[in-house]
Amino acid sequence: MEVDQLQRSFLEYSRLLFHEGFLDGQFSQLQLLQDESNPDFVLEVVSLFFEDSERLLNDLTIALDQQNVDFKKLDAHVHQFKGSSSSIGAQRVKNVCIAFRNLCDEQNAEGCLRCLQQVKQEYLLVKTKLEALLRLEQQIVAAGGAIPMLNEFC
Amino acid sequence: MGLAAADSQFHVLAVDDSLIDRKLIERLLKTSSYQVTTVDSGSKALEFLGWHDEDERNNSSEETSVSPKNHQEVEVNLVITDYCMPGMTGYDLLKKMKESSSLRNIPVVIMSSENVPSRITRCLEEGAEEFFLKPVRLSDVNKLKPHMMRTKCCNKDDDDDIQNQKPENLEKQEINGEEIQTVLQLQQQQQQPSQTNNNTNKRKSMDEGLSPDRTRPRYNGLTVMSN
Repeated sequence: MEVDQLQRSFLEYSRLLFHEGFLDGQFSQLQLLQDESNPDFVLEVVSLFFEDSERLLNDLTIALDQQNVDFKKLDAHVHQFKGSSSSIGAQRVKNVCIAFRNLCDEQNAEGCLRCLQQVKQEYLLVKTKLEALLRLEQQIVAAGGAIPMLNEFC
Repeated sequence: MGLAAADSQFHVLAVDDSLIDRKLIERLLKTSSYQVTTVDSGSKALEFLGWHDEDERNNSSEETSVSPKNHQEVEVNLVITDYCMPGMTGYDLLKKMKESSSLRNIPVVIMSSENVPSRITRCLEEGAEEFFLKPVRLSDVNKLKPHMMRTKCCNKDDDDDIQNQKPENLEKQEINGEEIQTVLQLQQQQQQPSQTNNNTNKRKSMDEGLSPDRTRPRYNGLTVMSN
């Protein structure tokens, strides 16, 4: 594919993701921090997010699986997840985490279980989309092009 | 040591238990040409800063403190720390630094993902220079330089008689129209455990030494603060 075609696809796809709320301005901020001296910055941060998230989701599942749920511990995990999703701009995941924390406060085990399912879903969605977006980025770079800036979403 | 030169001479210590946030803040700071060290806890931060419990307590009763650089292996011009950390919180770290004769002059900035007005006030009153809401952005990091420049110029004034010092370092912060002086002024006073509520002192309006960009609220994302 031609570079400009790839770049157009990238912009279109980005716009869609922002429009649907999967990503927010923080993701654009990450793009801003990427340059020739740190060409893989976004990829690195996103990869860290995936690793971190998988660990957290596992911890959350275990915590909710207990006879007596430790809501404080649960909340601590959700707080972490909210933080990391916020840091990379994964807006929908972050929003579910906010709701999740409220349910932890209420010590609502059933509600928390439902929320856990929801956060898993949102995470998988954003993971798929980020992987696709980053693949596009890689293709652009491989074709010798520059990654278009997502300034309008800052 | 000469006056502040190139930005590359400024060294920031970033403290955060989140790996992702450490990576982010490191990139933000390096983009701004600062040297960066990251640690994942308050205790590691104190260790890096060369803080020694007994030594600090011995020194605190003396008029003239030992040279601020005495315990520091590496010069740190600013500490930026997350608030919520297991074990020692960012607030605890801030407090320990302000209680330390060798560390109290290092500017401290707190970051938090939660917009809790009482938390913010508490940190500022304890002597934090700034309070950033996460996620931290480049525009926040751009606010750090003045604090570091001040330290470079004024470190050697530590032992001067405070009466003769001009209040060049006094700043005004605004929260919903209220004026709260930073505790920087308190730092320059004699060592007293007077970090207790000196709110009455802080409400004076400060016209001296204000730089133009100090007049707007500095709290990223904050709109309303309740009293």
